Amino acid sequence: MQLVEKMKKATRRKQMKTYGVVLAAFVIIEILSLTGNLPNILAGQLVTLCAYAIAAISLNLVVGISGELSLGHAGFMCVGAYTSGLFTKCMQPVIPNSNVRFLLALLIGIVAAGVIGFLIGIPVLRLRGDYLAIVTLAFCQIIKNVFQAFYIGLDSTGLHFSMRDQFSIKMAADGKVIASGPQGITALSRDSSFIAGMILLLITLFIVQNLINSRDGRAIMAIRDNRIAAESVGISITKYKLMAFTTASAMAGAAGVLYAHGFATLNSSAYDFNKSILILVFVVLGGMGNILGSVVAAVILTVLPEMLRFLDAYRMLIYAIVMIVMMLVNWSPKALELREVYTSRFKKKTGKEA
Amino acid sequence: MKKTMKVTGTVLAAMMAMSMTAAAGDTWKIGEIGPTTGAAADYGNNVMNGCQIAVDEINAAGGINGTPIEFMPEDDVHDVEKSSNAYNALVGEGVQAIIGCVTSGPCTAVSSLAAEDNMFMLTPSASSTAVLDAGNADGSQNLFQLCFTDPNQGLASADYIDTTMPEITKVGVIYNNGDVYSTGIFGTFRAQAEQCGFEIVASPAFDDTTVDYSAAIQECMDNGAELVFLPIYYTPASGIFKQANEMGYDPIWFGVDGMDGILTVEGFDTSLAEGVMLLTPFAADAADEKTQNFVKAYAENYGGAVPTQFAADGYDCVYAIKAAIEAAGATPDMDHSAVCDAISVSITEMEPLEGLTGTMTWSADGTVNKTPTAVIIKDGEYVSYEG
Repeated sequence: MQLVEKMKKATRRKQMKTYGVVLAAFVIIEILSLTGNLPNILAGQLVTLCAYAIAAISLNLVVGISGELSLGHAGFMCVGAYTSGLFTKCMQPVIPNSNVRFLLALLIGIVAAGVIGFLIGIPVLRLRGDYLAIVTLAFCQIIKNVFQAFYIGLDSTGLHFSMRDQFSIKMAADGKVIASGPQGITALSRDSSFIAGMILLLITLFIVQNLINSRDGRAIMAIRDNRIAAESVGISITKYKLMAFTTASAMAGAAGVLYAHGFATLNSSAYDFNKSILILVFVVLGGMGNILGSVVAAVILTVLPEMLRFLDAYRMLIYAIVMIVMMLVNWSPKALELREVYTSRFKKKTGKEA
Repeated sequence: MKKTMKVTGTVLAAMMAMSMTAAAGDTWKIGEIGPTTGAAADYGNNVMNGCQIAVDEINAAGGINGTPIEFMPEDDVHDVEKSSNAYNALVGEGVQAIIGCVTSGPCTAVSSLAAEDNMFMLTPSASSTAVLDAGNADGSQNLFQLCFTDPNQGLASADYIDTTMPEITKVGVIYNNGDVYSTGIFGTFRAQAEQCGFEIVASPAFDDTTVDYSAAIQECMDNGAELVFLPIYYTPASGIFKQANEMGYDPIWFGVDGMDGILTVEGFDTSLAEGVMLLTPFAADAADEKTQNFVKAYAENYGGAVPTQFAADGYDCVYAIKAAIEAAGATPDMDHSAVCDAISVSITEMEPLEGLTGTMTWSADGTVNKTPTAVIIKDGEYVSYEG
């Protein structure tokens, strides 16, 4: 009984640490911003950082907690981004309050991505390992291409669709093009803000951390660790896998909404395979199943290339080297061993002093 | 965690130190945004190099009103997110005007940021009309184009065919319906053709994944098109020329500025492009002294490379900003908003600018007025076409 209590305390401390770090970062940035010391380039990236952090956390739920390799996470971001983008573009003149509009857009994006995630999950989660990775990858490409094929216009009679070109939408004279095929949605109102991103990030953390420490979360991890054993004690494999996958895709949708509303142009080609890999890199670098790690990795790997702009063409080279070094420092057994030695020494010292 | 904090702290400190260099007023700070890495790197590098040559020339001659230009190029990888970051970086460094963005997609996003900040932007090559809509929304006026808008190219092409080749009555069009550039040009070409002396008899489309163009070529052939208009980039065009040659079809081919580069396609037999006509603002082998000097300087500075029209566009952008600043009497100690207020007016009122890509004036809506020149490919080289 005592052991269980101890474990509970430890997880609670870990959870609080995650919230604490995120809140501390928020406070530091707000102070910098209010005193005018926040570099312009970082100020412009704040929304993107929140979006990537949310995407990384949600992918960690699939890859780290549920143990399934998904390469299609950008596809769910794309669903959230595009559906909410269409909504915002249509409603820009009707709902003048950007906060209300963004909240509604957010709901639409989350629901759309969640539903698509659920539908995709039903057939796809029967696959495992590499097969699942390839199918999710293909799905991501499909989503991107489908959105690229649509030409959508809005006039007084309603929405008009075409898949040929923007001349065949056939709108009334007062109509305007909402989304124009590969060009995407332009002149979108930039509704997302750092505060909104931060709130969303904290909600995501709350959902994921509580899910992990719930009965459902333990069932999901049991399936990851030993599928047969989990099945033998009566855990429904499909149900729990689908639960993790759908939750993750809904949250990726939220990240997509946040990301898309940070820029005036929304183009589905941005949500390609590369973006999926980028998010996966955040998760792997931060540590599978390590939620705070995902957030920190997402922030560092997004800010770093921009901070290295003064290196010009060497920027991407240094970025790649930093990535390799970080991987080695974080995950090579020798490095872990060394770290262990140093931290235990450090702990001993402080222990004596105290 | 401590380690990461330390790293971030150091990087932040470095950033701040950098942003404090060079006090305002010593130089004209002119930024440039374009892809110098990634799939569209060729465009961005050409613009950047072209700008650099112009900046070097101006600084050697004493700068703008005696103040040298500090040129700050930034890479945007042809990506909306990176482009916005590049823009914010430039604003942080206190630039007074920006040349860019090079590509249309990122430019629509960045120009709306610029509209909020009241930052002057002159894009060398983002030709989509959406760029103007985004940059000059809500009555703000801060974005100008140095290139033709896509629709204008279609308009100019239709008029050009109509006036210089009145004997042509049947025209075919092969275009890329997965591409903003191509559909934009074709849209206005089609509208303008209704008032012209020729008729569009076939308009087959392909998309980015197409490798076999024989169906499209056959459709033009069956309908007896004497001239085929190709509002597309040079890579698919090279495929079309090759297959049309195999099929024994030899109409007059007419392209737009995207065709510029056809002679440098690897493994392409340039004799197939013999007689191809294209509307382009710039030909590297034009005989005038200005072009010759530019091509020579470009080759000397960049390992013998031949500049494309993008390089010429970049070069002209720098001179356009210089002329606008001089016409407005702006001073280098003004901030970007004051500079923008001054030169966004003066650029529409100043004397026509004699550039590499023609003689240019600007309208208040941000579009450029210049006469496109037609070139024809003869013996594997671009030669000016005399109607």
